[in-house]
Amino acid sequence: MVPISYYLVLSAILFSIGVGAFLIKRNIITVFMSIELMLNAVNLTFVAFAHQWRHVSGQIFVFFVMVVAAAEAAVGLAIIIAIFRTRNTLNVDQVDLMKL
Amino acid sequence: MESSIWIFLLLSVLKVAVVTVILLTAVAYTVLLERKVVGRIQNRWGPSRVGPFGLLQPLADGIKLFLKEDLMPSNVYKPLYIAAPMIALTCALISIGVVPFGKEVFVKGVDIFQISDINIGLLVILGVTSVGVYGIALSGWSSNSKYSLLGSLRSSAQLVSYELALGLSLVGVVLRAGSFRLRDIVDIQSTHGLLSWNVFGGLQFVAFFIYLTAAYAETNRAPFDLPEAESELTAGYHTEYSSMKFAMFFMAEYANMITVSCVATLLFLGGWSSPFGNLLPAWGGPVVQALLPVFWFVVKVFFFLFLYIWVRGTLPRFRYDQLMGFGWKFLLPVAILNIIATSLWLAYRV
Amino acid sequence: MHLVLFFIFGGLCVAGALNLLLQRHPINSALSLIVVMTSLAVLYLLLGAEFLAAAQVIVYSGAIMVLFTFVIMLLNAGREEKTHGSKAAYIVGFPGAAAILGVLAYIFLKQSGNLGSAKLGEYLVTTSDLSRVLFRDLLLPFEVTSVLILIAILGAVALARKGHE
Repeated sequence: MVPISYYLVLSAILFSIGVGAFLIKRNIITVFMSIELMLNAVNLTFVAFAHQWRHVSGQIFVFFVMVVAAAEAAVGLAIIIAIFRTRNTLNVDQVDLMKL
Repeated sequence: MESSIWIFLLLSVLKVAVVTVILLTAVAYTVLLERKVVGRIQNRWGPSRVGPFGLLQPLADGIKLFLKEDLMPSNVYKPLYIAAPMIALTCALISIGVVPFGKEVFVKGVDIFQISDINIGLLVILGVTSVGVYGIALSGWSSNSKYSLLGSLRSSAQLVSYELALGLSLVGVVLRAGSFRLRDIVDIQSTHGLLSWNVFGGLQFVAFFIYLTAAYAETNRAPFDLPEAESELTAGYHTEYSSMKFAMFFMAEYANMITVSCVATLLFLGGWSSPFGNLLPAWGGPVVQALLPVFWFVVKVFFFLFLYIWVRGTLPRFRYDQLMGFGWKFLLPVAILNIIATSLWLAYRV
Repeated sequence: MHLVLFFIFGGLCVAGALNLLLQRHPINSALSLIVVMTSLAVLYLLLGAEFLAAAQVIVYSGAIMVLFTFVIMLLNAGREEKTHGSKAAYIVGFPGAAAILGVLAYIFLKQSGNLGSAKLGEYLVTTSDLSRVLFRDLLLPFEVTSVLILIAILGAVALARKGHE
């Protein structure tokens, strides 16, 4: 027996760590990874609530989040490659010009 | 209650140990088989000096690899360099855990021919295989060598691309069985012997071809062994590895071959079911009845392993752009067409 | 049993997430994220979501993170240089994140009784349950995601293609 609240607290912890990493990290790839971490934390909440309500909808939500995350990762990484190609850096602080 | 849990745990650990030992022995002897058969294909003898017919060769190889100096190149990224072969081998060994080897036979409430019977068995195998990519990707990157990096970049791209075709080729089989559980998939194929196997009666021969091709690419075997193409990349991702670390990669490759052969047997050739169905009268006691399915299973797996070696001895290596083009422009569309055809057939058959 | 498994894999999750935060090399961060995702898959199994657990491993650990490591290897991203980030992050961000964590944890633990608890093997969503809802009630959203993915593929190819000249 594990209270559902434990799962929710775990997901809150993961989400906050994701926010923290998003703010601290300077490497654009790692920043992107912390977004994925936050998405995963939210997914855990959905699954936990799906279990609590005995309802499939929560899991369907996670399914859609995964699909969107996959699409997002593909486009995001392509953008990162394009940025690296034009500016030769991965540091978010140095990517501060709208135009080269 | 308490004692039954202990018996369950003990028997499970025993099962894991026995299966691991059998798998590793099979790996060793598949290597020998490969050297022998490729030798014959190339009109030479293959290993024949150690023991009768060279049967002790795997043992000699093992001792040699074990006793060799374990070189640590100076500029490698150590933690990942050490972890990579372990990841590769672990992932290769895990997926055998959901493979059923024979009919359900319970001893003290524990199924002795399968380590764990789970509803999503097929997905677990796919998942573990897809995690195995990291072993190869990280080994190349952490070795800090251009051959390794090129080999591992090639191989991760290849594995990810062919995983799609591999997964899609299995959809037809899953549709027919209506389950991801490997036992259900085999059960639906064991009614009329040969005629109800997925590759014949299930009309999945296209899927079978796609699966085999994609699986050869997934295990980095000829004709898709570009990640370790010795003529251009020295040895690909394991160029910098020696001794036991190299042996781990080597064992991982062959263990993957065996797993792929097991899965092909289960999904397309009816697993442990006999090719004659119920035509042959049942004979022998309960022990024979339990062991006969295992015999059929082993025969089919052996057939696939032989096919692997045969293909390696026959076909030349693909060029990299050909490989990618073949995967994306041929296998993937055909796999999707196969799914459509199978679903139409399943929907409209009487 | 359930509690022990929860603490092992929940602990792995938190450890992996912290490691992501603390490591300076992107590839280490990527690997710790893989650990987080794989342990989350186990937690999904504990909550009776077997298909999602498999999908988590195949999609997240097996595809998305491979893409990440692939890009890290391709761009040969080295250690991150130490720069101090924006001031706003330090002044608003961290207290904000900590506050969110505190409030959420407080509410969840206070409402623990109302939320109930999960027992191992008590509730299981099989793949066919999931697909029944997905392909009957939610067919349109499902089809729309395929358009989304198609657009994503086109976008990725267009963006990553070398130069336009």
